[in-house]
Amino acid sequence: MRELSLHILDIARNSIEAGATALQVSIVEHQDTDALELIVRDNGRGMDEDSLRHATDAFYTTRETRKVGLGLPLLKATCERCEGALDIRSKPGEGTEVRATMRLTHLDRPPLGDMGKVVQALACEAERTSLRYRHQTNGKRFEIDTRDLQKELGNVPVTDPRVLCWLAEFVRNGILSTGSKA
Amino acid sequence: MKTREELRAIRERAREALAVRDSEGGPRVVVAMGTCGIAAGAREIVSALLDELSSRELTDVSVTQTGCRGLCDREPMVEVIVPGKTGVTYCRLTPQAMRRIVADHLVNGQVVTEYAIGAGPEA
Repeated sequence: MRELSLHILDIARNSIEAGATALQVSIVEHQDTDALELIVRDNGRGMDEDSLRHATDAFYTTRETRKVGLGLPLLKATCERCEGALDIRSKPGEGTEVRATMRLTHLDRPPLGDMGKVVQALACEAERTSLRYRHQTNGKRFEIDTRDLQKELGNVPVTDPRVLCWLAEFVRNGILSTGSKA
Repeated sequence: MKTREELRAIRERAREALAVRDSEGGPRVVVAMGTCGIAAGAREIVSALLDELSSRELTDVSVTQTGCRGLCDREPMVEVIVPGKTGVTYCRLTPQAMRRIVADHLVNGQVVTEYAIGAGPEA
């Protein structure tokens, strides 16, 4: 994956496939400690200990359910190449949290890329899985939740293509406004 | 710069159309969004698709997503389902091809054979 945002899209798709009704994506840039954190949290069906242990093994995949595959191993390799780590916590019936860390200024770190388009793609499923996106750079925060947008829109769906086009650019501007360097 | 005010303007415009439109049973575009699809450019396909639907105000078309379809080397892929017609799967898409499919298939009812890999539920 050429961009970290594509990894995030990939991991967040797992959450939707796992039946999550609420999805949270957070990106935190600590410019003072030179760290970047990507967090994807859901309330989907979760994984048992055995699945969790094998989740980052590329050759472990339950074809019937397609719960795991190449996505997590690829992200893990990126984290480790950039002096970071991948941490997954999960409980059956409760949900899963994937936390990826890396050194913000590491030469091998892929750029964050276009998170606006990622939020837009994930919001296509907003009726089934709500999305809360948070971007924090040092202390400055940008946050958006499809449930709040839906309230604001009334009977016009968040999934209206005009709303989704607005959303992509709103998110791009929001991230820039935090002073992001990712 | 996109603002909340612009969102309100979209809402007001969309509300006028809601009254006359029957939202049930419109065409669907299903985008394959497995790891393979995403790595091959599915995000850009979704973005081009939404942009084209938005500028043509084709608001009865729903965009949904699915996982790996098992033909990873032919990604990015989408399936176009028009009610009453057989579904068509398109593969090895580019954003430009996606825009053409909106114009030719969704607007004019012409299958874009260049990118189609098969038609119908058995294909």
